[in-house]
Amino acid sequence: MTTAATADRAATAAPAVSVRQVSKTFSGRKGQAVTALQDVDLEVAPGEFVSLIGPSGCGKSTLLRVIANLLEPTAGSVEVFGKAADQARRDQDYGIAFQQAGLLPWRTVSANIELPLELHGVGKAKRRARALELLEMVGLADFADHRPDQLSGGMQQRVAIARSLAESPQLLLMDEPFGALDEMTREYMQVELVRICRETGAAVVFVTHSIPESVYLSDRVVVMSPRPGRITEVIDIGLGDRTESLREADTFFTRVTEVREALRGPHAAAQALGVEAR
Amino acid sequence: MSVRTQQRPKVSSDEPDVVKVGRTIAAGARLRPIAMSLLAIAIVIVVWELYKVVGPEDGGEYFGMRLLPRADDVSMPHIWSIFERYWQPDVDVAGGSTVAVAVLQGMAFSLGVAGLGWLIGVVVGLGLAILMQRFRTAESGLLPYVVLSQTVPLVALAPLVVGWGGQLKFFGRPWEPWMSVAMISAYLAFFPVAVGVLRGLQSPAATQVELMRAYAASWWKTLVRLRLPASVPYLLPSLRLAAAAAIIGAIVAEISTGTKGGIGRLIIDYAQAATGDPPKPYTAILGAAVLGLVASALVGFIELALRRYRPVEARG
Repeated sequence: MTTAATADRAATAAPAVSVRQVSKTFSGRKGQAVTALQDVDLEVAPGEFVSLIGPSGCGKSTLLRVIANLLEPTAGSVEVFGKAADQARRDQDYGIAFQQAGLLPWRTVSANIELPLELHGVGKAKRRARALELLEMVGLADFADHRPDQLSGGMQQRVAIARSLAESPQLLLMDEPFGALDEMTREYMQVELVRICRETGAAVVFVTHSIPESVYLSDRVVVMSPRPGRITEVIDIGLGDRTESLREADTFFTRVTEVREALRGPHAAAQALGVEAR
Repeated sequence: MSVRTQQRPKVSSDEPDVVKVGRTIAAGARLRPIAMSLLAIAIVIVVWELYKVVGPEDGGEYFGMRLLPRADDVSMPHIWSIFERYWQPDVDVAGGSTVAVAVLQGMAFSLGVAGLGWLIGVVVGLGLAILMQRFRTAESGLLPYVVLSQTVPLVALAPLVVGWGGQLKFFGRPWEPWMSVAMISAYLAFFPVAVGVLRGLQSPAATQVELMRAYAASWWKTLVRLRLPASVPYLLPSLRLAAAAAIIGAIVAEISTGTKGGIGRLIIDYAQAATGDPPKPYTAILGAAVLGLVASALVGFIELALRRYRPVEARG
């Protein structure tokens, strides 16, 4: 008991994500090497919300995939809750969601959420109960037995988020999950995500193109720049409680401006192309 | 809990009605193909008989070439005489069975052989597709041969297969000619399955594949949970093509090897009677055509069983 408890405390004491001196090089066509990430250091505390923002090709999605162990870094090390990234993946220490919901159309909404549990041998009744609980959390309790194609884009994305929470992970990795949604749905989803994070206490690494989105959601915004992909600035947001009125607050706009200027950076404004200033 | 006051995206609550309307349309849509195929058959009969009325008896010869076929009763028997022929004896022996019985027996034999060939072809095709999906080297190494296999003329191949088969023993039993026919049938049937299912196995979106990797799902679990279900929309047309190919393979193999018992053999046997008994060859040819339809209908049942995996046309 005591050893387990100690181990538990040790695990929570470890940072949710620890990226040290990570580089990632892709071998492009004609043998040309493309450096997607160079010497990236990043630490995410448990329960912290960190956004990665930057123009297309700055390696923010690559960094997320390296943390998720979907890609192997060329150099450097990645730890998730003090474990090597591939071990963390095998232990399901993180949940993941992408821009596309990626729901399996032949499964019901509930069965889609159950998929990760099913793959890891959780019993039928137990995983069904968990799916219903999560559907309740994302406000789709009435849609458990619907097919994904009967749902709107925003609802599908909510199912994807519910699925990423299936194993009660303490880390969520999200790659532009709201990128394909309209502005109204997007803001609504942001509010939902803030609430879900509060309820689950999970740390989040959130890749986005949108400056206001990153400011609204995050404790810290990590600004990246391309060729080679690296972190240029880290901005503490510290806006406190996320309410709807926050979107109109002066402090909010100050931070938005700060992130925008960080994105322009000392480099040419051309690098900021591809970032939506909405 | 300020969330509850947030405006949720509107959700339509009238879905049951939509489903109901959908079902009514579906019922109407199901009758339509039947009506259309009946109409198509009627048109063929009308055109055939119309040509017999207006077409030249000895065929139309223009510029020294025969451009129009003969319309006489030897070349083009009346539709009804073809159908009458079914109820007459096969050979002119008292108490002999009718042509209908002979054709049905031939169809059943060929269907059985082609069915076995189809099954072998589907299993082999699926296996090849999975192998090619699993190992990229297998894909680049095997696919050219898979394509090449289909460019060899079947008529040249059939006697060879029968020749090889004649020297084989099969679990202590002699290799029967119908087994060679099934092999040739399988040889044609595996191709659409291998190619179609390979595409299907490769069809899942990058997101879905990454998700399975994020779940630390093994290759096998990814195959069973993701790739195979995703390949069903590609599999179904492949199964249909394979069924048609299996039937054609069986009939051509029977004809070119002279294997007894099937509809293919009947086609050549009856063709030899054409001068004295013009409607007779058409009875077997019609039988072969109906065989294709029967095979297609049988695959239709498989499609019905797998319909939940079919892609959804309209995305909300």
